[in-house]
Amino acid sequence: MGEFRMPSLGADMEKGILVGWNFKLGDPIKRGDIIAVVETDKGAIDIEVFEDGVIDEILVQPGEDAPVGTVLALIRTEKELPGAKVEAEAEAKLGKQEVVLTEKRTRVSPLARKLAGELGIDLSKVEGTGPGGAIEGADVERAAQTKKIAEVEAKKTAEQVPHIPLKIKTQPQDLQSRMRRAIAAAMARSNREIPHYYLETRIDMSCALKRLEIENQKRSIKERLLPVVLPIKATALALREVPELNGYWIDDQLQLQEAVHIGFAISLRQGGLVIPAIHHADMKSLDELMETMRDLIIRTRSGHLRSSELTDGTITLTNLGDMGVETVYGVIYPPQVALVGFGKITEQPWAENSMLGIRPILNATLAGDHRATDGHRGSQFLEALNRYLQEAEKL
Amino acid sequence: MTDSEIKEIIFRLLGEIAPEANFAELPPGENLREVLDIDSFDFLNFLIGLNAELGIDIPESDYGQLRTLADIVSYISARLK
Repeated sequence: MGEFRMPSLGADMEKGILVGWNFKLGDPIKRGDIIAVVETDKGAIDIEVFEDGVIDEILVQPGEDAPVGTVLALIRTEKELPGAKVEAEAEAKLGKQEVVLTEKRTRVSPLARKLAGELGIDLSKVEGTGPGGAIEGADVERAAQTKKIAEVEAKKTAEQVPHIPLKIKTQPQDLQSRMRRAIAAAMARSNREIPHYYLETRIDMSCALKRLEIENQKRSIKERLLPVVLPIKATALALREVPELNGYWIDDQLQLQEAVHIGFAISLRQGGLVIPAIHHADMKSLDELMETMRDLIIRTRSGHLRSSELTDGTITLTNLGDMGVETVYGVIYPPQVALVGFGKITEQPWAENSMLGIRPILNATLAGDHRATDGHRGSQFLEALNRYLQEAEKL
Repeated sequence: MTDSEIKEIIFRLLGEIAPEANFAELPPGENLREVLDIDSFDFLNFLIGLNAELGIDIPESDYGQLRTLADIVSYISARLK
């Protein structure tokens, strides 16, 4: 029996309030389905399920709060019922035999056979009304009609199930203070446990911005890219070269993560911030990154982030350039081991080839966990980041 | 379209981004993004809104001309004539 538990949506979460179930008892569920909505310190979050099965028992009702790890529901999975597969196989065999027997015993008219094929009707389940119980065309049509009505009824019932039966009303101020406390807990833990080191580099953005300008000239306003997508993509590619920064520090050791899911810090107008993950950022095109970020920003502010988006981040990226600061020294979000920060792109004097010029400069910083990596690897990451931004046409 | 009609549209679009803002007291000569705390994503959404509402195209090279409320009103009114 699978246990569906209150997930931990970050190091800072202690409990959640179950807002509602999207499925009812006996419903089949698939991996990735949004099974429930949970109110957390980060707003209402859509919770995904990670196995296929059937909902066997619901243990926590809407409106109840539950600490992280509480079993919310039991899920019957096929592989966990050893008898189930054997039984199903036996049943399938029996069914086949039955059909054979039926076909031996019962006469079926050619028209009925043809119709049964077309309408998807199992002849062994059709009652014949012809001479000697023979199945005729009309019998198949009647069976098809019954089947259709049953399907429509089943669909109606499914539609009538209230998806979110209860809406928990959270006062905005309440959410704000809970979010503040959650951030406080996570950041205090980070400062207590993680020995941070900080590196900083200045990146000439002329090439990257030129590429963006040419690209945006071809585009309608709706399709334009924002400058931030370039350093995001460059970060994702640079992490492939320095994978030690992409992972978690758990049980006194570094656990590298193969997928690059960049947590992108999004600040909320009412205060606080949420860090949803841009899944597989290294494999996304600039357009896909822009689209994903737009979608994440909308859902961060309006609710309906998915649980995987809050838990999958393998590194955090914070872009404070919009606010006008030039440099940001971040605090790592545990159990992650690094945080990349970008400031505002500003025109600055730049010496190159014994010439002094003015270039658009981005200050990129890395906060690294010294338990997991050393400054040498960290500086290789910033080097790679810079290199990708100098070859922005390849991003 | 008069300047006050243009302002009305601007305030409506900005209201979707910054619902708490009091536009009556908005200083016309100050940087709109700073005063209202509007990030680059929201600013792009605002321009997309202006484009949809008024049909004017705003090339990226003109973004620098759209700093204050007064800037934006005069930019739009020049392009609607």
